[in-house]
Amino acid sequence: MTQFHETVIKFENVCYETEQLSILNNVSGEFYKGKITTLVGPSGAGKTTLLKLCNGLYSPTSGEVYIQNKPINSYEPTTLRRNVGIVLQSAPILKGTVYENLALPYTLQNKKFPKTEAIKFLNNVGLDESFLHRHAEDLSGGQRQKVSIARTFINHPEVLLLDEITSALDPSSVNDIEQLILKINQKYQVTMIWITHNIEQAKRVGDYTWVMMNGQLLESGETNILWNNSNKYIQNFVSGVQEV
Amino acid sequence: MSYTTLSLTLIFVLIPLFLSKTLKLGLEKDTIIATVRSIIQLLIVGYVLKFVFETESIVYILLMITLMIVAATLNARKKGKAIKGITWKIALTLIVVEVVTQGILLGLHIVPATAQYIIPISGMLIGNSMVLSILFLNRFTAEVESSRDQIELILSLGGTPKQAIHKQLTNSIKASMIPTIESQKTIGLVQLPGMMSGQIIGGADPVQAVQFQILIIFGLLTTAALSSIMVGFLSYPTLFNERMQILKSV
Ligand SMILES: Nc1ncnc2c1ncn2[C@@H]1O[C@H](COP(=O)(O)OP(=O)(O)O)[C@@H](O)[C@H]1O
Ligand SMILES: [Mg+2]
Repeated sequence: MTQFHETVIKFENVCYETEQLSILNNVSGEFYKGKITTLVGPSGAGKTTLLKLCNGLYSPTSGEVYIQNKPINSYEPTTLRRNVGIVLQSAPILKGTVYENLALPYTLQNKKFPKTEAIKFLNNVGLDESFLHRHAEDLSGGQRQKVSIARTFINHPEVLLLDEITSALDPSSVNDIEQLILKINQKYQVTMIWITHNIEQAKRVGDYTWVMMNGQLLESGETNILWNNSNKYIQNFVSGVQEV
Repeated sequence: MSYTTLSLTLIFVLIPLFLSKTLKLGLEKDTIIATVRSIIQLLIVGYVLKFVFETESIVYILLMITLMIVAATLNARKKGKAIKGITWKIALTLIVVEVVTQGILLGLHIVPATAQYIIPISGMLIGNSMVLSILFLNRFTAEVESSRDQIELILSLGGTPKQAIHKQLTNSIKASMIPTIESQKTIGLVQLPGMMSGQIIGGADPVQAVQFQILIIFGLLTTAALSSIMVGFLSYPTLFNERMQILKSV
């Protein structure tokens, strides 16, 4: 199979450490344009940290992250983050209405977000118009997650970073969100990095996958590396045994 | 009041000592230390003030104000250790508070330009400014720590550090100013303010004492606003780096 893949994000010997511990250890690899790469691995593996390195919320302690072949630091941070959107794992919600939360990307640029647009984005994530003026803090975990997803879409990012975005959703919502993300991926050629602890989900949605453990990238490639893998750790992880 | 009469007031120290001992509160040592320290510190201040008032030298006045600012800075900075350059940020704030308030009071001839007025008023305002800085820093560091996610959210949507921390900054400024404003709503109803009581006991006309108290109250409001806002706006940028990332620990 010979295919030309344009690299959008490239990690080159990336390490990330705090004073006490090493969180990412010498990670190198590439994410391709218009593809969905899933990031799997036990909790504490460093997946969230890796994602936050992609939009400059963190910077590597050593090594380099390239976005479209240019070092990430050559981009102005606010522009970079609008182009590389992230849906955060905790789905943080600001005090106020759902509308105010959705309008945030606009208000940060002193622009007004049209209500009709807001309703469109709400509908896309499976919430109806009546949610617009609800207090965001009163929403259920799943509803918050949906608002959080919609809010990230509003900047029309070229790259989407998704951090366990379906963890609080019921099965039918999981399916809706997966379909929505796949649709956006195909329609707009959005490059995606999707963290999931659910191997079945990684199989359903991913073109490629990275398997992470203890701050290291154990293996990367097409999603089918997740089965029939010779690596014992990966076999164990895939079959649900998460200890190493 | 003679020193013999004054020494009778030690009864007020003996009462808590006795109670602490019988109820085993374990406060005897601290009570004695507090008593001795207050006697020594106040006596020194009394004699120093007497000297400064008699000489009326601008050098001594400035020296005393400098000492007040240094002491207040050293005290307040403990609460903001994690903030880079907090010492000079607080010192600068206290200097601005002092210059602005005395500038208004002396510039508009509201009070006479003598040590007798300048020093006590400076002491009250600088002291208040120190308390406000501490209240602000306590609140601000706690707010930032508990809302890291929300700060990262705004940064991740393309917000600037100033936008990301705006809520925590204004909340903390407001929260630190509330006690100053609230305490002034009930002032005089229950408790007569210390300065006013002192003047009345010292034989001043109560109405004149009230006038000075009003001056101080208004001064405290300016001080409160200036201190929190200045410390706040000087501090928040140090929580971020030049890549607009929030630093790990505050
Ligand atoms: N701000 C932080 N300070 C110190 N350690 C952290 C911080 N954030 C994450 N860690 C540690 O880094 C490791 C990786 O975390 P994370 O990237 O969140 O992993 P994952 O998303 O795979 O669960 C964990 O051991 C975690 O405890
Ligand atoms: Mg995570």
